[in-house]
Amino acid sequence: MKDTDFKVIKGEVKERIDRWISHYPADQRQSAVMPALRIVQEVNGGYLTPELMDEVAAYLGMQPAAVYEVATFYSMYEHQPVGKHKICVCHNISCLLRDVDDLIEYLKEKLGVDIGEVTPDGRFSIKKVECLGACGEAPVAMIGKEYYGNLTRERLDELLESLE
Amino acid sequence: MASIPLNECCYRLNHLDKSWDIETYMANGGYEVWKKVLAGELTPQEIIDEVKASNIRGRGGAGFPTGLKWSFMNRYAPGPKYILCNSDEGEPGTFKDRDILRYNPHQLVEGMMIAGYVIGANTGYNYIRGEFWEPYKRFDQAVQQAYEAGLLGKNILGSGWDFDLYTHLGAGAYICGEETALIESIEGKKGQPRFKPPFPASFGLYGRPTTINNTETLASIPMILAKGGKWFADLGVPGAGGTKIFSVSGHVEKPGNYEIRMGTPFKDLLALAGGVWKGRKLKAVIPGGSSTAVLPAEKALEMNMDYDSIAKAGSFLGAGSVIIMDETTDMVKALDRLTWFYYEESCGQCTPCREGTGWMHRVVHRIYTGKGRPEDIDMLKDVSGKIMGRVICGLGDAAAIPVASFLEHFEHEFRHYIEHGCSIYDRA
Ligand SMILES: NC(=O)C1=CN([C@@H]2O[C@H](COP(=O)(O)OP(=O)(O)OC[C@H]3O[C@@H](n4cnc5c(N)ncnc54)[C@H](O)[C@@H]3O)[C@@H](O)[C@H]2O)C=CC1
Ligand SMILES: Cc1cc2nc3c(=O)[nH]c(=O)nc-3n(C[C@H](O)[C@H](O)[C@H](O)COP(=O)(O)O)c2cc1C
Ligand code: SF4
Ligand code: FES
Repeated sequence: MKDTDFKVIKGEVKERIDRWISHYPADQRQSAVMPALRIVQEVNGGYLTPELMDEVAAYLGMQPAAVYEVATFYSMYEHQPVGKHKICVCHNISCLLRDVDDLIEYLKEKLGVDIGEVTPDGRFSIKKVECLGACGEAPVAMIGKEYYGNLTRERLDELLESLE
Repeated sequence: MASIPLNECCYRLNHLDKSWDIETYMANGGYEVWKKVLAGELTPQEIIDEVKASNIRGRGGAGFPTGLKWSFMNRYAPGPKYILCNSDEGEPGTFKDRDILRYNPHQLVEGMMIAGYVIGANTGYNYIRGEFWEPYKRFDQAVQQAYEAGLLGKNILGSGWDFDLYTHLGAGAYICGEETALIESIEGKKGQPRFKPPFPASFGLYGRPTTINNTETLASIPMILAKGGKWFADLGVPGAGGTKIFSVSGHVEKPGNYEIRMGTPFKDLLALAGGVWKGRKLKAVIPGGSSTAVLPAEKALEMNMDYDSIAKAGSFLGAGSVIIMDETTDMVKALDRLTWFYYEESCGQCTPCREGTGWMHRVVHRIYTGKGRPEDIDMLKDVSGKIMGRVICGLGDAAAIPVASFLEHFEHEFRHYIEHGCSIYDRA
């Protein structure tokens, strides 16, 4: 692929990826595959497509299969559309002990969707995730890049309203 | 309870306004050690001797002596070498490194600079788990500030020494906290652990000699060198020097991070965390993160928070992640969730781990949903025993230990589920 053939990795996106590439030895471009996937996923509204992964492969000089392997191994990469706000609720031990199961049921009811589904207006989707490393504030959810701790039904209500 | 000294090392600045700013750090002695090192007033050998004298053991969970680990590296061997920091913090119950990154990132930056100098590495990477966006931003800002202050980069302060520091962000995978999986991940691959030996000290990042330490380990180094190895050692007990951050979560009134001295009685730590919530009684404690053995209340209440004492009680200090369970806790449900976690996070390359974690979860789940069979208990004991020691990395053992220890201490709850299809509490 020539530079002009890249549909997504150009302009500001390219600059952002190049900054990550510059952190690794010159002959180790593939070390930037994780940030590159994160960035193209972000500009694509939160999920990856085969075309995007192929572009990353071509840009970093990797085999497409090697990029697919990485993109399916790590849980933060998505391969299906997600809500504008992806609500990642931790269901691991410390959150379990502080009643997160009740919150998950409440969230499903309130939004009318199951885990992994997107609300019809495209605003929300719910995902169960493993320990977020913030168990002192259990129960915890990550929405976008932000953490929200000490969640209760009331706090969830307020939060969902505050998110466009 | 006697008054307990708090926050003497990694969290010493956390109470200050903008504790993460370079100005705050430098106003409190920050980067003084680094300047001494660059001026040649502290040689690599002297640093290793102090770190050995401090008796600090790796805070990532395995407790390997840090001074000894650093001495495996030949600083003068030609070619690139690397210092890596492990901020992947994924062990359920652990959340201490996050607060170092958020509130005292400069102390970690300084620790990485010093460690890099000692082992002869001109490049360092801090591997931060992908979910930690805010902590990553704080750390990254600290790195930029250190560059601007001329403390990082080429020919630092005219010393002739070069050191560059970067962050690598993960993307959601517990296994990447295992040091060789972490290395694979920085190399742009999926995070599958490598066989050890060779240890990273001889074959690490890009095949080069590499030292990897936990965030808390590295952030302790500037204080050890500023106040002396003996100062640090004396804070703790003979088998374990220093302070240690304990992350307390679960059924307590005040969950949170408590940086206290090694050897502090568990009872005092529990009291610091406000005691068991809702006035209830203590039932069980997981002292070192989900991969360490659960202990019944009686044993936990007798132990002190150091390696030897917790080992004597039958568990492990691990990453210092204390999970508290009150008298209403359904142990079958708790184990159901933990077995799911290890099944979900196994990287799949060893058959005993891949198959065993799935098997253990299916059987525990069957018991939890009321479909257990009497022979299931023996089967669980058998499967957990067959994983331990037969796999590439520590995740296999980590998955087996909860199963074995929950059954050792709470087998009657599993039997009750099998006989009655519900928890012991549902019958009351
Ligand atoms: N902080 C967290 O989020 C988590 C922590 N853990 C902890 O991790 C621990 C297991 O860690 P591992 O790295 O598998 O333990 P390990 O015992 O294999 O290694 C510990 C450290 O010592 C070094 N080392 C050990 N023997 C060596 C030798 N002969 N030569 C050179 N270097 C040597 C290793 O390279 C490593 O850095 C568990 O005990 C668990 O508590 C587990 C999961 C998550
Ligand atoms: C499955 C697994 C996950 C691990 N996760 C972490 C982690 O998140 N953070 C960490 O510091 N060590 C983790 N470790 C331990 C590392 O392999 C390694 O021992 C540690 O980073 C060495 O640093 P230390 O000597 O300073 O403790 C993990 C080990 C295993 C087996
Ligand atoms: S023990 Fe499990 S997680 Fe570790 S390498 Fe083997 S399969 Fe992967
Ligand atoms: S168990 Fe939920 S954040 Fe750790």
